[in-house]
Amino acid sequence: MSYYEPKDLADFPNITEWAQKEGNKFFEYYGAATGAGKLTEREKSLIALTVALTQNCPYCIDAYTTKCMSLGISSEEMMEAAHTGAAMMAGVTLAHTTQMRKIIRKKEM
Amino acid sequence: MEAREQLRILGQIGDIPSLSEKIRETNMFPLCAKGIDILQINLGKRCNLSCRHCHVDAGPHRTEIMTRPILEKCLEILSSFPIATIDMTGGAPEMNPHLEWFIGEAARLNRQMIVRSNLTILLEEAYRHFMDIFAQNKVEIVTSLPDYLETKSDRQRGAGVFGKIIAALRELNALGYGMKNSGLRIDIVHNPVGAYLPGSQAALEHEYRTRLLAEHGVHFNQLFCLTNLPIGRYLDYLIESGNLDDYLSALCHSFNPAAVKNVMCLTTLSVGWEGSLYDCDFNQMLDLTVNHGAPKNIMNFDMDKLKNREIVINNHCYGCVAGCGSSCRGATTEED
Ligand code: SF4
Ligand code: SF4
Repeated sequence: MSYYEPKDLADFPNITEWAQKEGNKFFEYYGAATGAGKLTEREKSLIALTVALTQNCPYCIDAYTTKCMSLGISSEEMMEAAHTGAAMMAGVTLAHTTQMRKIIRKKEM
Repeated sequence: MEAREQLRILGQIGDIPSLSEKIRETNMFPLCAKGIDILQINLGKRCNLSCRHCHVDAGPHRTEIMTRPILEKCLEILSSFPIATIDMTGGAPEMNPHLEWFIGEAARLNRQMIVRSNLTILLEEAYRHFMDIFAQNKVEIVTSLPDYLETKSDRQRGAGVFGKIIAALRELNALGYGMKNSGLRIDIVHNPVGAYLPGSQAALEHEYRTRLLAEHGVHFNQLFCLTNLPIGRYLDYLIESGNLDDYLSALCHSFNPAAVKNVMCLTTLSVGWEGSLYDCDFNQMLDLTVNHGAPKNIMNFDMDKLKNREIVINNHCYGCVAGCGSSCRGATTEED
């Protein structure tokens, strides 16, 4: 057995195992949150892909890259979304240096 | 690849259950036709293009062309039975020398007529007049445009094809095709440029409509999403790119029992260039003629034996029942 086997993606529907009620509620919520609403399915799929990339989830990267392709989203559009995610991650990291710098200033002589 | 070899490959799908097993689970086995509403006529395998996704393996080198006696037999059947739609396909139907005559005769029968044209051929001098013939006879045009992006579309259909399709669409729009209240319809077929399934037809139609109008000034009526079936050149591609197993399992995981009720073969009869009868154009390419006691050639046409015939299914049929379903008229079930 190895970690992160691609075929394990197919196991996602089974995460309801041993906690059926909560699992079902999650899927209901997941469906509502990712389906078309005021935002289109395309927009939500790009958000989902970007989150998957920033959170390093191989299953979601696989699922949402394929979904974006299915919806006709181009490689260029996906890459642009990835840069938005990457910039956000960099920004979030650097914004947190405020904490770091505050502590340094407080504690350094 | 020979039909027999394709069927051999489709028969060895590892731990994926066969399609007939899946259908048995839904109590819809065997699948039986519910009449003949569409006569789909394959006028031949000759084509001016050689697209990578072509399930017909059509191209300029092919010589198979439907003859006039077979077309006459089609007309005889059409005038004897209330078959609503005449669907002309190929190859490039325009390359059959009898097409103009056939459309003229078929028009008198007052049925819906559809021609599946690659449009690029309509820009060639020898075939340009078909634009007017189609318009005069109110023939609905269905054309394949795999993507609204030129680079992606051309990867599948060949360099320069996208530009020609757009040029032909502009001319057809000028004739009224795709324009409001003209009575002339032109529909676009989208199929994935790669080893994945098509997404929501409504979402893709919206995107195609917006982009084709904004970037190229062209109009169309409807977008049909077609799932690539693992046969013909597309099967070669899946094997060469190492995607066959993943693709088949994606098809199987997307199996939709609701789509089984609406597969197009239930209401279609497909005629091959030499008169053989098939449940659909895909079975035609796999040499799977109608079976279970139905006559195998149009010259022995027998409505009673054909209208409720048992459909010949195989694992390629997964492509018709995955997701929202897929047919020559796009998705076959409503989206969520
Ligand atoms: S897909 Fe259509 S246009 Fe392309 S080669 Fe086949 S028949 Fe010709
Ligand atoms: S491929 Fe199979 S399911 Fe699809 S139309 Fe043909 S026979 Fe029917």
